[in-house]
Amino acid sequence: MKVAVTSSGKNLDSAVDPRFGRAAYFLIVDTDSLEFEVVDNSDNINAFRGAGIQAAATIGNKGAEVLLTGFCGPNAFKTLAAANIKVANEISGTVREAVAAFKEGKVSFSNSPNVDGHW
Amino acid sequence: MIISVASGKGGTGKTTVATNLAISYEGDVQLLDCDVEEPNAHLFIRPDITEVKTITTPVPEVDMGKCTLCGKCAEICLFKAIVVIGKTVLPFPEMCHSCGGCMAVCPEKAITETRRELGVIERGVRNGLEFVHGKLRVGEAMSPPLIRKVREYSRPDALTIIDAPPGTSCPVIASMKGADFVLLVTEPTPFGLNDLKLAVGAVKILGIPCGLVINRADIGDDRVREYAKEEGLNILMEIGFDRRIAEAYSKGDMLVKVMPEWKSRFLSLLRQIKELTPRKNSENPDEKYK
Repeated sequence: MKVAVTSSGKNLDSAVDPRFGRAAYFLIVDTDSLEFEVVDNSDNINAFRGAGIQAAATIGNKGAEVLLTGFCGPNAFKTLAAANIKVANEISGTVREAVAAFKEGKVSFSNSPNVDGHW
Repeated sequence: MIISVASGKGGTGKTTVATNLAISYEGDVQLLDCDVEEPNAHLFIRPDITEVKTITTPVPEVDMGKCTLCGKCAEICLFKAIVVIGKTVLPFPEMCHSCGGCMAVCPEKAITETRRELGVIERGVRNGLEFVHGKLRVGEAMSPPLIRKVREYSRPDALTIIDAPPGTSCPVIASMKGADFVLLVTEPTPFGLNDLKLAVGAVKILGIPCGLVINRADIGDDRVREYAKEEGLNILMEIGFDRRIAEAYSKGDMLVKVMPEWKSRFLSLLRQIKELTPRKNSENPDEKYK
């Protein structure tokens, strides 16, 4: 199974980036082999608007079924829901720790965004 | 002729100047309150509202029966207001700028128009003065489309006075573009000067002649006057910091009614504006601007 984790760097020992739409990178991690793909999100960081929507489309197209991140706003959440991607918010630590916690069933999935949209 | 009353800084007296200028003129005059996020000119004009219209803007609706998930609609959208995800297409109507791009590029003709409410426009009269304002729907983020609708009421044969919103961003540009003259109301404070410079910068880009009104002219310092001199901006009127003016304002009374000597000053302001405005053909800029 593929899990998307927002990351401040390009490897598993990077800290989880708390932002979703404007995260530095997404790591698309295979939970069995821990092999991963790095997705550079720099185009989206400076997006005028719609960063969360674009980020959701990006990780959806990469085949992720789960997102581990810090904060997720309403438009991103709606897009992720349409793609059947489950969201676990308020994740911290390294990407490796986040994936391990997910595999051990220690993360909880949210039913709603955990921050307001911004204009 | 269209005179747009703007300021940069909020609370400098745009509405005071716009309403009193409109009331003082005895010919065919209309006042368009384009500060649609918080219109207040009606509190002073007190028009009898005779027309209320809901204004909407087109946004996309997708027929998933026809959609092949090709993604062309999402690709063309600058505002990420439509996204193809999984087996569906999600429009975000509140982010849509109504450009129609997604509808134009859809090869399956799967996208049609639905509407998003922007707000309402109210129109009325008071003693021969035509009054129009827009009221943005609470929760709506985009005011320029509603401002442009208010400006469609502009009549080429009338004197049109626009009460613009504060600031220098899109809503202000929408309220100044195509005007014959921009009257900038400022105050002699550091904050007033800072924002005046931003406003003058915007007016220059638009290429519209402008002049200044200094309100609360006897407070603060001389830096606004020095700046005006350097920039070659005419100071067309000064309004003193007078308790009677503040009291009239707080009651929703017109300055020219409470202190009738101001009427001739506003008429003189109008004459100076006309002198500073180059003659143009009879074409209505708001027609072009639609």
